[in-house]
Amino acid sequence: MIQEEDFEHILAKKYMRTELMPHAFCSGCGIGIVERIILMAFEELGEEEWRRTVFVSGIGCSGWTPLYFRSDVAHTLHGRALPFATAVKLARPELNVIVIMGDGDAMAIGGNHLIHAARRNIGLTTIVVTNMVYSLTGGQVAPTTPEGAVTQTTPYGNIEPNFNLIELMKAAGATYLARWTTYHVMQAKNSVKKAIKHKGFSLVEIISQCPTFMGRYVLNKADPRDILQWFKENSVPIGVASSKSPEELKGKIIVGEFLHKPEVLEYTERIRMLKERIGR
Amino acid sequence: MPGGELRLMTGYDALVEGSIIAGCRFFAGYPITPSTEIAERMSSRLPRVGGVFIQMEDELASIMAVIGASWAGLKSMTATSGPGFSLMQEGLGFAVITETPIVVVNVMRGGPSTGLVTLPSQGDVMQARWGSHGDYSVIALAPWSSQEMFNLAIKAFNLSEIYRNPVIVLSDEVVAHIREPVRIPPVEEIEIVERKRPSVPPTDFIPYLPEPGEWVSPMPAFGDGYNVLVESVMHDEFGHRIGMGQPIAERKIKRIYYKIEKNVDKIAMHEERELGDADIAVVSYGSAARSSLKAIKDARGLGIKVGMLRLITLWPFYDKLMEELSERVRAIVVPEMNMGKIVREVERASKGRCKVISVPKVGGVLHSPDEILSAIKFAAR
Repeated sequence: MIQEEDFEHILAKKYMRTELMPHAFCSGCGIGIVERIILMAFEELGEEEWRRTVFVSGIGCSGWTPLYFRSDVAHTLHGRALPFATAVKLARPELNVIVIMGDGDAMAIGGNHLIHAARRNIGLTTIVVTNMVYSLTGGQVAPTTPEGAVTQTTPYGNIEPNFNLIELMKAAGATYLARWTTYHVMQAKNSVKKAIKHKGFSLVEIISQCPTFMGRYVLNKADPRDILQWFKENSVPIGVASSKSPEELKGKIIVGEFLHKPEVLEYTERIRMLKERIGR
Repeated sequence: MPGGELRLMTGYDALVEGSIIAGCRFFAGYPITPSTEIAERMSSRLPRVGGVFIQMEDELASIMAVIGASWAGLKSMTATSGPGFSLMQEGLGFAVITETPIVVVNVMRGGPSTGLVTLPSQGDVMQARWGSHGDYSVIALAPWSSQEMFNLAIKAFNLSEIYRNPVIVLSDEVVAHIREPVRIPPVEEIEIVERKRPSVPPTDFIPYLPEPGEWVSPMPAFGDGYNVLVESVMHDEFGHRIGMGQPIAERKIKRIYYKIEKNVDKIAMHEERELGDADIAVVSYGSAARSSLKAIKDARGLGIKVGMLRLITLWPFYDKLMEELSERVRAIVVPEMNMGKIVREVERASKGRCKVISVPKVGGVLHSPDEILSAIKFAAR
């Protein structure tokens, strides 16, 4: 185990395309923390796991996340990372295929693919970076924007209820589900590790700060430290949440590991069995 | 399927068998009439040859899956019809900018929109060329028989691997549903092109920089250790996003455009019939060429010197061929099952050197040979 204070330096040198640095992200953006969470997970999983990993992403700030990783990376189209990744897994089941999406990418334009990837229980590790707003396009409403929030496209306040990604994925058939915030670095790292090792469809939602747009339109906080503090104060672990009423949980972020069903058959296993059955 | 045999096959069957012989091992699709039989036969055949078939949730997913499978090292294909082809256009552009070999079959049906669900058309000719946004080029092939569905399936895979570009097979409902004898050649007679893989170690490999004199660079697969960036955003030779890098963007766009357009001599295929002494030419493709052939025979019976130029490659359009033809004949008759699309290209390339007569046919039926004969007679006046 390497020392905490060396993480950034060592992880960057080992895993990142340092020639592309500095990042294109706004200062204070949570994606740096998300990258760190992923790289810490791999540092513990070992080099062999890293070498057989492909990253696939969509469009938006979160879609840029893996571009800095020295690995096979596909930066695809808005909403379409999952079908691309599905095919990579089908063609090369031995590879770790990690899909990184923003909340708009995953739940709005790519919502249908998300449901069906979960339903198939295909062995993809999906990391959804939720910042409750469309950021790359300048602060429009997202499927995760809280009701009432004033954004660039909800000047009179958002009238739509928002998605609960974990509940959606439970219903669709995902077999590993966790949610953390960028405040919960170690917990999120452990979940990402577990998700990568999980055979079926896994999803880790990481609620992340966007000081530039989420700060302006959703939380009314411009300092990333204030947003992280807000995450800390408004997060409720799943164990605690189960004894609370819906009123008490209103506006809170429930965090933790929600589901782990390792026994469900993974999709490429089903394909292998089908081929055996027909004599291939 | 053993070689050297003559088999009675539908266009679909022939296309699927040709694809499998060409090395296709991945098919992703979404059912849509009249292309569905391709997915159905693929679902039965691919698992038996070690490949993967998957029915995706929609066409947007299908084309993305096909691109993903190609980067994972498999020759891959999807098939669709009109509205599905419209949905695939963004993905087609993605394949173009990432220089991914894929084959897309469009069994054309009448449009616009849901249109004429099971009836033939050649209405998507321009969409095949210009459907996605931005500047790019594609290869599109138009078979007219079951035999050609077989032959061009193989050709499509070969061309897509050579140029690292999507290749579109523009079939139509008639050609796909027709049942005809197909000769399956012995394996050794079939030319199959395999993807060029990098020969240098990963540290020396530049994924989008062709060798001098080459148009495309070799293509590694995911998991080979090359750490490739498959980048939809405008990128440099390393795959790095360039932001506002105008000279790099210009270089990339021109290369992906010209790698097809400058090689038209090598890509373009056509067939000539009775053109030797002809002073009138019928230029046609796909099933409209079948009616044209009968009309030409009838016209010859009436003493009219007419011949046929059947386009097999629609895109890139072979201007030089059309220029030469327009110098030799008085008139060119262009029957197509649309309101007149390739006729625009014929007019453009013939530059007023001869008369060009469009014979449109819409509504979901083939031209009757008489309709084309009338146009030939008109041209002969």
